[in-house]
Amino acid sequence: MHVEEKLTAETFPASPEKATLEGKNKFLGFWFFLGGETVLFASLFATFLSLRDRTAGGPSSDELFKMSIVFIATMLLLTSSLTSVYAMYHMKNFDFKKMQLWLGITVLLGAAFLGLEIYEFNEYVHEGLKYSTSAFASSFYTLVGTHGAHVAFGLLWILTLMIRNAKRGLDLYNAPKFYVASLYWHFIDVVWVFIFTVVYLMGMVG
Amino acid sequence: MGIKWNEILITGDPLIVGSQIAIVMTVIAIVGGLTYFKKWGWLWREWLTTVDHKKIGIMYILSGVLMFFRGGIDGLLMKAQTARPEMNFLDAQHYNEIFTTHGVIMILFMAMPFLIGLMNVVVPLQIGARDVAFPQLNALSFWLFFSGAMLFNISFVVGGSPDAGWTSYFPLAGKEFSPGVGNNYYAIALQIAGLGTLMTGINFIVTILKMRTKGMTLMKMPMFTWTTLITSIIIVAAFPIFTVALALMTFDRLYGTHFFTLSSGGSDMLWANLFWLWGHPEVYIVVLPAFGIFSEVIATFSRKSLYGYKSMVISIVGIALLSMLVWVHHFFTMGAGPAVNSVFSITTMLIAVPTGVKIFNWLFTMRKGRIKFTTAMLWSLGFIPNFVIGGVTGVMLGMAAADYQYHNTLFLVAHFHYVLIPGVVFAVFAGLYYWWPKMFGFMLNEKLGKYHFWLFNIGFNVTFMPMFFLGLQGAVRRAYTYSAESGFAPLFLVSAIGSIILALGFAVFCYNIYWSFRYAKRNVSSDPWDARTLEWATASPVQFYNFAVLPEVKELDAFWHMKKRNSGLVLKEEEIEEIHMPSNSGLPFYMAVVFGITGFFLVFEWHIAAAVAAIGIVIGLIIRSFDYDDGYHVTVQEIKNIESKWRKVEGGVKHHVG
Repeated sequence: MHVEEKLTAETFPASPEKATLEGKNKFLGFWFFLGGETVLFASLFATFLSLRDRTAGGPSSDELFKMSIVFIATMLLLTSSLTSVYAMYHMKNFDFKKMQLWLGITVLLGAAFLGLEIYEFNEYVHEGLKYSTSAFASSFYTLVGTHGAHVAFGLLWILTLMIRNAKRGLDLYNAPKFYVASLYWHFIDVVWVFIFTVVYLMGMVG
Repeated sequence: MGIKWNEILITGDPLIVGSQIAIVMTVIAIVGGLTYFKKWGWLWREWLTTVDHKKIGIMYILSGVLMFFRGGIDGLLMKAQTARPEMNFLDAQHYNEIFTTHGVIMILFMAMPFLIGLMNVVVPLQIGARDVAFPQLNALSFWLFFSGAMLFNISFVVGGSPDAGWTSYFPLAGKEFSPGVGNNYYAIALQIAGLGTLMTGINFIVTILKMRTKGMTLMKMPMFTWTTLITSIIIVAAFPIFTVALALMTFDRLYGTHFFTLSSGGSDMLWANLFWLWGHPEVYIVVLPAFGIFSEVIATFSRKSLYGYKSMVISIVGIALLSMLVWVHHFFTMGAGPAVNSVFSITTMLIAVPTGVKIFNWLFTMRKGRIKFTTAMLWSLGFIPNFVIGGVTGVMLGMAAADYQYHNTLFLVAHFHYVLIPGVVFAVFAGLYYWWPKMFGFMLNEKLGKYHFWLFNIGFNVTFMPMFFLGLQGAVRRAYTYSAESGFAPLFLVSAIGSIILALGFAVFCYNIYWSFRYAKRNVSSDPWDARTLEWATASPVQFYNFAVLPEVKELDAFWHMKKRNSGLVLKEEEIEEIHMPSNSGLPFYMAVVFGITGFFLVFEWHIAAAVAAIGIVIGLIIRSFDYDDGYHVTVQEIKNIESKWRKVEGGVKHHVG
């Protein structure tokens, strides 16, 4: 199939993201990119785990972390993953407007998550945990902050895609782009699950 | 902050002032030349905006040659300083800077671009593709690499070079002990170049997995393509670790964090672990493609199929897996304990097994072959014994208990030069002599090539063999001088003389490039070596769309069998179809400029300026997102014209082998 073909709901393929060679390449390449991102986060997790008890007299994780705010943030991000699935569902059904709507909801939830994270960081700084306070502080802010930067980048990415394709509608040229962006969003979500477990739960319990 | 305006340009050292003048003169000459010959438009259209993998490859190789020159000068300066005991040619600080930049440049800005350049030129042709999977990303990879390389290279005239060794161990590389901007250059320039490398890795994995021509199954791929695939996978698995290590280093130096510091709970050993978790695989990232080049060259000039193809593939995969499991052998002496050291000793020695398999496969490929002693083949032949010396001394170093004796001595330095020079530099030269006609349509001079080979080979051995013995006698690495009483002087002098021979060899190579551009015969066959793989099935230099009709592959060494059966060589007019090609783009070049400026501001810790420049990066991403250009089509008539041009003359040209 060709990228420039004008399609209708009937002719739209079941896997529009993989219908063209460009789409297939993008799909596979992006998985390898996510592989690289996994290594990146694994290195940050390893760094955090090796430094998390080194508080150098500054605040430690069990003194700082509060379940309520982290829990709300987690729910927001998990929900946003679900809404991005809805968006992809509508994309496959060639329903551009509903896809845009659900992507919009995803962006809002992601932005709320990001807002909470900024609020949380601000709280910690006021409680005496600056970036340079201790090895724990540095590794905590870097790991969680890198995730936050990924969220911010994902928001910017999905927004540009929505604006750029608002008039164009769905076709085989932009379907892989939307699909890959949603993959990225899921990846961010999975990383957060690990952060929630390794950083917050383990930080509060042990 | 704390960086003074009047200290930005390094002054006072006559060597560096000389370089500054030379740089300014060169820039004036280039700008003047381009303006005088009205070549700016040509430069922009043909090179700076190109997305053609062959041109990108040539730009990588050109960068490699330049960086070889820079790194080589660093090496010569070190050899001059240590030629006699207690010399005062360089002071200790200058010597520190020079061994640091020598290491970084030779590994990351010489070996890498040479190999990635050859990968770019050759791999899409070998698999019968029209380009890589993501042509514009490929251009971005190159320009980010180039931006990082340039940023790193200006350090010695603007602000000061990094001086903590190419490994930049903490706490030495931290702000406390290295307060200048030198190590900021290290952290930021390598980060920018590393981004480009990561993209290259992803691009080539997808290219090889998805863009192979009809009939080319994985086990019918040429060996260089195989090694490129595995190398790319190692890149994706290892480079993000370096990304993290460099980022944490940047934070430590710029924002006062405590990852690797001695105070506030930081861990300097963490740096060593992260660095070598990337650094050891990096060795295989540069050595595996080199193995691929040797495989192609040896098979071609033995006029036989590669012996033990399957075992070659298994060995590469084995080496790739083991490469991730040996990093601790770089710091046995750090005190991880006998149990840990033993494990890493064993994994290290295990790597000798698949490597040995490969060596024997090359030897058996040559057995009963009709060997042609071309320059490319000479490099491959020279590689085997020299590399074995490097490998065997590597096993010696791999024994943890014995390593306490060798660690940090010139024995180690000699070892890795015996691995990397035959294993990478010889391969690059073999590859350049071999693929040069494919890139440019004329050959490098074979006779000059042989002078190049012998001077380089002899010079290499005279330079580095004495360093084994110096090391065993206790001469430490990275020491800027030694006393006359130490008794090191004679061997150091021999080594210094060797380095001059080595440099002469490289000079002959540069002259060879010049000579060939001016005088080499242009009527070279598209297949001058009577070779075996698909890159030789099309014109030299290769037309921009690579193949008029994508070839169909039935077995390994596809082109060889096509020639034997005399099938598939003639172009049938009715098979020609329009070809869709990607358009050029100035965006990768723009991104390189913005990344370079942002990096430069960060190096000097001008955070606001850096933040402003970084907006330019985001703008670039958005422009790319709004890019509607879908490429263009080459018409059938145009293809016919181009094809008939080279196919007509093909009858009357000279074959060099066969």
